[in-house]
Amino acid sequence: MRDILSGNEAIARGAWEAGVRFASAYPGTPSTEILEAMPQYEGDIYSEWSPNEKVAFEVALGASLAGARALVAMKHVGVNVAADPLFTASYTGVKGGFVLVSADDPSQHSSQNEQDNRNYAKFAKVPLLEPADSQEAKDFVGLACELSERFDTPVILRTTTRISHSKSIVELGERVALEPLIGVERDIAKYVMVPSNATKKHPLVEQRLRLLAELAEEMPENRIEPGDRGIGIVAAGAAYMYAREAFPTASFLKLGMAYPLPTRLIERFRAMVDRLYVVEELDPFLEEQIRLMGVRVDGGKEAVPMIGELDPGMVARALSGIGAPGATAELLALVGDPVPDLPERPPTLCPGCSHRGVFIALRKLKVFVSGDIGCYTLGALEPFKAMHTCICMGASIGGAHGMEKVTERDGVLKNRAVAVIGDSTFFHSGITALLDVAWNRSDTVTVILDNRITAMTGGQQTPGTGKTLGGLESPPVDIPKLCEALGIERVRTIDPDDIAAVEAALREEIAADGPSVIIAPSRCALVYRLRGEAWHVDAELCTGCKACLKAGCGGLMLVEDEEGASVEIVPSQCTGCGVCAQLCKQGAILAPAIEEVIA
Amino acid sequence: MAAPSAGPRAGAPAPVERPTNLVISGVGGQGVILASFVLSQAAMADGLDVKQSEVHGMSQRGGSVTSHLRFGPKVWAALVTPGAADVLVAFEALEAARYLHWLRPGGVVVFNTLEINPSPVAAGVATYPRDLAAQIEARCPGARAVDAARLAAAAGEPRATNMAMLGAASAVLPLEVATLEAVIARVVPPKTVAANLRAFRLGREG
Repeated sequence: MRDILSGNEAIARGAWEAGVRFASAYPGTPSTEILEAMPQYEGDIYSEWSPNEKVAFEVALGASLAGARALVAMKHVGVNVAADPLFTASYTGVKGGFVLVSADDPSQHSSQNEQDNRNYAKFAKVPLLEPADSQEAKDFVGLACELSERFDTPVILRTTTRISHSKSIVELGERVALEPLIGVERDIAKYVMVPSNATKKHPLVEQRLRLLAELAEEMPENRIEPGDRGIGIVAAGAAYMYAREAFPTASFLKLGMAYPLPTRLIERFRAMVDRLYVVEELDPFLEEQIRLMGVRVDGGKEAVPMIGELDPGMVARALSGIGAPGATAELLALVGDPVPDLPERPPTLCPGCSHRGVFIALRKLKVFVSGDIGCYTLGALEPFKAMHTCICMGASIGGAHGMEKVTERDGVLKNRAVAVIGDSTFFHSGITALLDVAWNRSDTVTVILDNRITAMTGGQQTPGTGKTLGGLESPPVDIPKLCEALGIERVRTIDPDDIAAVEAALREEIAADGPSVIIAPSRCALVYRLRGEAWHVDAELCTGCKACLKAGCGGLMLVEDEEGASVEIVPSQCTGCGVCAQLCKQGAILAPAIEEVIA
Repeated sequence: MAAPSAGPRAGAPAPVERPTNLVISGVGGQGVILASFVLSQAAMADGLDVKQSEVHGMSQRGGSVTSHLRFGPKVWAALVTPGAADVLVAFEALEAARYLHWLRPGGVVVFNTLEINPSPVAAGVATYPRDLAAQIEARCPGARAVDAARLAAAAGEPRATNMAMLGAASAVLPLEVATLEAVIARVVPPKTVAANLRAFRLGREG
């Protein structure tokens, strides 16, 4: 049977076919859909959202040590969070096959950096497989499980946005027959990484890499595809597809395993072709290793961009520019200029979004906002510009604490820092930072935007929603109680749609001594499909002053004609939150009920 | 400048027929992804290889959305290179203009005349370009302007604008109409099949 699957759906399918029994993740673009596809295999695969990637890695490793095949998925920066267990799991090895899926994001479509996670394979000394389409994404999960068990190692399956989010035809298979699990083995020398045991492990890790490099010489996933002997291209993943498109008649060395590399196979390929090129996205990961083998490379990163994702045209132009023959003529044609001066269409906070009122209040107070990662990072854009840092998951609270510790308390609001963090991000890695605030006593004010979902990635459950990935009931975290238990005495909740109340709470907590937490409880307007009756602009009262437009809401539309400017509300967009009305000095924005009274 | 390309040498694999390159653009929530799904499934049912790529992320929050779709005897890359698209299907006029340079010389744009203000326009810090349809037609002779809202309303299902756009696009795509209609009947809610197919046909008739 065949179906069209995204790379992420194919990985989930591959896990099922390979007999994976346990899957975990923290959501993050472009990896999220892997776990979202898992509940369809319920009964065969236990799957969960974990609070963060480190925990997701550790629970999957636990399942592996109990003998189950296990898969853990995350975006590239998630591996930074999970790096601690990764590096030592490389030493302990595994029992059931253990696959870490790292979904990288060249071009940073939805990420704070563009790190190339192939480097983690070299750094942690584990093998890395790189699928080039959905068929390989599915098949490589099974291969990864086999390699993991045979070589006693975690295996990284690395995708990029264009593998995870591209769809192609996949031949589906059946699930392998499974042996019953016999339970956790006790092997202190293997699993307890105290120095006396770990020092004995390190030589085995180095030996394992040598054995894997030997396997790389023979495995069918690393293969020479002979063509025109004038040009040879080494490539893996999406870059391989782009290069095939750009140089359809060239010879290829297609690498399914990007680490460790097969030295003799590469030397043999070099001897076959006149000129050798390496085509890869981001870092010169393959190229540097190939050059270190003493193999002459005629072109790589000096021509192929190191920043952003590639496409077939870029590959054709880059290699043709340094003399590579045989590029597809159409791809070399000059691209026309884009139509000039078009207004951009950036993402915005949704109509009815509960973050809006909080950012309007923060903007007014002019405080320094130590920000975090989620939809609310849009608070850094027009018309709010009320977020001043965004580093990584959970960094808002620690950042504000550090700033508060070194900044004079001179009573000037703009010299004060306020941390702003969403509920899912708080559970991910904000809690320990808040513990620092409580323990080391700074006057930090932390605002927790609790919209009861992981919103940015499309609406995944959190420990606060009362539901698991599989839809089971679970006790939601009581955020006020949690903050109090950490040692925060000043904990209060506010209505985020009431701008004056938000502002008053912020002023009071900023002035107070000691740490405070302000919780803004709500429901994500998009995920929970909030719909209220639309508000209405009284055209007689509207002066066209545009003050309401500072709400940055897609439900408001400026109309300019001969009679001047005015604002209208788009009924299909408005959720009736009433935030814009609080910005109108003329009282021209009316709730439906008020309109009726006047009528 | 790029070096001139050399022809294939003897012994090199023969190039297969070039795939059809399609770019679909629009605004988050307009049904770009569903339209891509219908076309991909139809291409596979027609016995073709197919690849489709889109970027998720913040698309639902009013941002610009694009989907790349390629089908033919053999497809390598999932991405359409700028300047190589045969057809651009745009669900909104500004999003047609934004991706016009993706078309190859002689490529066809099929665009919805609907105008949706992006947030900078709604906020009064930018203006929506005037006479976009005329600009698009001047730059791409043979452009097909579609009033998808009118066609969907005429079909009895105002939300079926994406099916009207699919119908209009199908007139310039080498896919079997019967296959497309069968896929549509499978993927839309059962009660709306007839209206969606009416919208598709009205779009196709132009």
